[in-house]
Amino acid sequence: MQEENVSTFTESCTISVTVNGNLYEREVPVRMLLSDFLRHELHLTGTHVGCEHGVCGCCTVLLNGEPVRSCLMLAVQADEMALTTIEGLAGTNSELHPIQQAFREKHGLQCGFCTPGIIMSVHAMLHENSNPTEEEIRQGLSGNICRCTGYQNIVEAVKLAAERLRAPQTEVD
Amino acid sequence: MATRWFGAPVQRTEDPRLLRGKGTYVDDIDLPEMLHAAVLRSPHARARILNIDTSAALSLPGVYAVYTAADLGDLLEPSPLLVPHHALTQPRTQLPLAAKDVRYVGEAVAFVVADSRYTAEDALDLIDVEYEPLPVVHSLEVAAAENAPLVHEDVPENIAAHLVQVVGEPDSVFASAPHVIKEQFYIERGAAMPMEGRGIVARWEAHTGTLTCWISTQGPIPIRNGLAAIFHLPEHKVHVTAPDVGGGFGTKIMMFYPEEILAPFAAIRLGRPVKWIEDRRENFISSNQERGQYHEVEYAFDDQGMLLAVRDTFLHDTGAYTPYGIIVPIITACSLPGPYRLRNYYSEFTVLYTNKVPVSPYRGAGRPHAVFVMERIMDGIARELQMDRLTVRERNFIQPDEFPWDVGLVYQDGGPTKYDSGNYQAGLDKLKAMLDYENFPQMQEQARKQGRYLGIGVGYYVEGTSIGPYEGAHVRVESDGRVFVSTGITTQGQAHYTTFAQIVADELGVRPEDIMVTTGDSQAFYWGMGTYASRAATVAGSAAYLAAVKVREKAKQVAADLFEASPDDIELADGKVFVRDAPHRSLTLGQVAISANPLRYSYGENARKLMSMKLAGPRPGPALPQERGGPGLEATEFYSPPHASFASGVHGAIIEVDPKTGMVSFLKYAAVHDCGRVINPMVVEGQVHGGVAQGIGGAFFERLVYNEEGQIINASFMDYLLPTAAEVPPIIVGHVETPSPLNPLGMKGAGEAGVIPVPALFASAIDDALAPFGLRVREMPLHPCKVYELLKQAQEKSR
Amino acid sequence: MLEQHADDTKVLAGGQSLIPLLNMRLASPAYLVDINHILELHYIEPEDGYLAIGATVRQAQVERSPLVQQDHPLLIEVVRHIGHAQIRSRGTVVGSIAHADPAAELPALLTCLNGEVVLESARGERVLKAEEFFTGYLSTAIEAGEMVSEARFPWIPPQAGWSFLEFARRSGDYALVGAVAVLTPGLDDRCMAAHIAYLGIAGAPVRARQVEQALIGSTLDEQTLDQAAELARDLVSEDMEDVHATADYRRALTSELTKRVLKAAWERREH
Repeated sequence: MQEENVSTFTESCTISVTVNGNLYEREVPVRMLLSDFLRHELHLTGTHVGCEHGVCGCCTVLLNGEPVRSCLMLAVQADEMALTTIEGLAGTNSELHPIQQAFREKHGLQCGFCTPGIIMSVHAMLHENSNPTEEEIRQGLSGNICRCTGYQNIVEAVKLAAERLRAPQTEVD
Repeated sequence: MATRWFGAPVQRTEDPRLLRGKGTYVDDIDLPEMLHAAVLRSPHARARILNIDTSAALSLPGVYAVYTAADLGDLLEPSPLLVPHHALTQPRTQLPLAAKDVRYVGEAVAFVVADSRYTAEDALDLIDVEYEPLPVVHSLEVAAAENAPLVHEDVPENIAAHLVQVVGEPDSVFASAPHVIKEQFYIERGAAMPMEGRGIVARWEAHTGTLTCWISTQGPIPIRNGLAAIFHLPEHKVHVTAPDVGGGFGTKIMMFYPEEILAPFAAIRLGRPVKWIEDRRENFISSNQERGQYHEVEYAFDDQGMLLAVRDTFLHDTGAYTPYGIIVPIITACSLPGPYRLRNYYSEFTVLYTNKVPVSPYRGAGRPHAVFVMERIMDGIARELQMDRLTVRERNFIQPDEFPWDVGLVYQDGGPTKYDSGNYQAGLDKLKAMLDYENFPQMQEQARKQGRYLGIGVGYYVEGTSIGPYEGAHVRVESDGRVFVSTGITTQGQAHYTTFAQIVADELGVRPEDIMVTTGDSQAFYWGMGTYASRAATVAGSAAYLAAVKVREKAKQVAADLFEASPDDIELADGKVFVRDAPHRSLTLGQVAISANPLRYSYGENARKLMSMKLAGPRPGPALPQERGGPGLEATEFYSPPHASFASGVHGAIIEVDPKTGMVSFLKYAAVHDCGRVINPMVVEGQVHGGVAQGIGGAFFERLVYNEEGQIINASFMDYLLPTAAEVPPIIVGHVETPSPLNPLGMKGAGEAGVIPVPALFASAIDDALAPFGLRVREMPLHPCKVYELLKQAQEKSR
Repeated sequence: MLEQHADDTKVLAGGQSLIPLLNMRLASPAYLVDINHILELHYIEPEDGYLAIGATVRQAQVERSPLVQQDHPLLIEVVRHIGHAQIRSRGTVVGSIAHADPAAELPALLTCLNGEVVLESARGERVLKAEEFFTGYLSTAIEAGEMVSEARFPWIPPQAGWSFLEFARRSGDYALVGAVAVLTPGLDDRCMAAHIAYLGIAGAPVRARQVEQALIGSTLDEQTLDQAAELARDLVSEDMEDVHATADYRRALTSELTKRVLKAAWERREH
């Protein structure tokens, strides 16, 4: 059935991808998913894989600033592109990003598996709409599934993050 | 003054790591030379295996091994029966790889190990298995039918177990009761669906003879014990760790899943680490499921709505095997009486095999079924007598002065089902206020005038939690004053790293962030069971408390000797140990720990400081007296509860049903819960929220649909619908606190609570909303198409 | 590439429908042709009579396009209902149309508006009307070696009222049933022209001409709406039975949906 085609599955390709500001050049099998590339080639294991059907959102990363499901992209499609993963969110001075901080204060995570995907989605959401209503937040989160929190505290965390991101910058940055 | 951490909403210690994406889940572990496995699973629900040809798969470049049952040698043994029971007369457990028979779609048939998961899956396609399909038992109905096909040839009538329990004299009560109603209730399967599936990394180090496994499991210590036995290794040469686990919900307390045996086997054989990670489709067909039961119920009551007797005869679907014994139906039987005075109760259950994925506990573990039945009974009484549904319940409540209340049955832990404390009326009063219950009829009336159908539903549960046999904890103060705590239970998001730190912090006068808690590592703590049955915080937390108390006593003793004071005059606060009313006579906790460890050599700033202080001079006798109980400030303690402690709660919701489409939306959701004294209210509320969401999923969105060939036809997230933030309403949580007299801190479990009453209250709310149509919901889960059909039936009947 | 290996090749644009199939090993083409970098396929172009959208335009790009927001608000409304933001970031308008899922929104819209697709191959180009293109469950009239390079969404008359409505289990799910309606009033404020298409009631989107006929000359009063709803019920295929809905339930939904979508469309007209 598949025997004749087997050899073609080993084709690979060199790609150059910028992730969290760092340029990586790698040779990857053509059929390797972007999620597997990030996790096992680049060892950025913060992006998680929950379904590979494109429903749960655990694998959400930002591609040129937009939220995408990395399990629904081939690594080769990210050639010449810029990605941001959860590892790129907190600043290099190791302080948590306001969204991450808000999640901590509001207990917006329990097992933490869906959390990176949710935070990346929230980052994109607040970029589009800096003052979302509760309804808009819940709709905006509907592309990410959480099995632990019941979403309540996630919604509260997003409201808090939105408030803080809207506030004018203080002189100490 | 010392701060009280117990009861405070302390932020979690584990969060920064998880928020940064620095968690370590099992698939994050990449070891040098690691190989990847994939599992060939049966496409048939019931078949004989005639032949397996692995030659093509073996010759695929990149494939290192293809194992079938024939390769397993003496490993080819049914996996252990975890909880035997005298009524389980026909237990059956799975082989690590199917030999002659497959009994459910998803059963493991071959194990491929290759250089990548992609290659391993390619190899799966090349394995040629010749099956002879056999008739399939695809439902309880088929399993129970006369001349049904047999799931196991040597198990007559597919009956795994049968248990009758009687309390009081139900027969005579039924004979003389003013009212008797008979109904059938049906609950269908659902699945836990943690966001992280199962997985294992196994490594064998030949030069030390050590097997190390990282497993996404809720019970690493029993697995360590089992692997040692299975592979004939000394226990101390087997290390099992549950790293960060992305949700368990019961599905990961099951052991042994075949992969938990096969990955170590392959690692030992091949001399290289082997990783196997479950993908979502596999999770649907090989991670245990739960919830299938069919109840025939009779209930007797009087004109005042007092429940006099219940007869509940039910069938429980255990799937193709019984790895976890009959825990779930036992819990159903014991949980049915709930918060009500039921003195005459006949319970009979039959556990049937089916050709479906095996069943083991999923959050709630049989309680949602029991609550569904009992709450339907209460509503049934109310409807018959035209009484308010909550008034009927109130009349039947066990009263606060009637505790301890013995239900009269043997619980899942072998102990009595004896409620230690509770106040059910208080819970209901609180809920009624939160829902503005008194004014709802008016709201409902107004809405009906506008052609809108609103309903309110309430569900009450009593939950047996915190069962034994025991858990333990080890507490040790380190030289820098930080405290190390380890225990054998595991964590899948319940914040044990923080809650146990809170308990210990109170005793030792330090801050929770100075306490490092380790869970789920068989190297860090040797003894224990695992996290399940809403027990970890209570049982292991009690052990941590007892150990911390011991350490506190020791610190006082050491300080007393150093300061020549009485231990009763020593206090611990703010990281210091000092003489009360003489705060200048103080040391840090770390310094006391150093002093407690008489060494020939001393190190560091603290040690130098101690030497320079004018402390008590030399004493006769040994440097480490016997009474001291060992060097340093450390203690290991175990806690074994006398029996379960019984938490309770009541939830209510206001919903709107669109009779034209069967669609339902939540307008309000309130949950009142009582889990005794609460370590961290933020954590408990989070648990309730999450449980409610799973409950809503189980009531209205999630249903596993098997066809007549035993195939799950909706085995993906596209068609098995988990609720999202848009479907789960905001949840207001209220607390009642009836401490448990059974453990030192008065705690009760809370992990499963949220999910338990949801199907019951949902049914109640729908009945209420569609009361003009005379609807009576008798099954779960529902979905809009079903609501539409039930409504149609009800309308046809009333014509 | 498509010409050479026609039988074993798939076009990869957004990947939101294709890659799940690959991940689940339900499809294993030997070749994938990634068209995402073909600049010539990237355009949102107003033309005479229709809005032309090239094969690599993302659903999110349409959603954000000021031109489309202004000149084709119905397309915006429909696109907003597709999945979730993360899907729309990658998914393409043309991709959704070429995939032809019976519960997808864009094929129904294209059918309602009597739109077109442009099929290109090494042999040249041909244009098909929506109803010719969608042939059934996940099937289109596309031939070996062809790919859809453009979708054409006709403009809506300025005085027309429009509406899109679907019943889905969860926000962003494929709908159980849905409908797109465009109703044009005459000078007498009665319905002069009606376009209505359904998704989720058959393998391909259904242009409900009998329903449209019943509306012409009416004021969309209760009686007419009831009649329309009845007619719509008959359009539901008996085959439309799945885990979520029986055909009978779908009929009930379609009936209710029809009344609501027509009412909403009519409210939106210029009057």
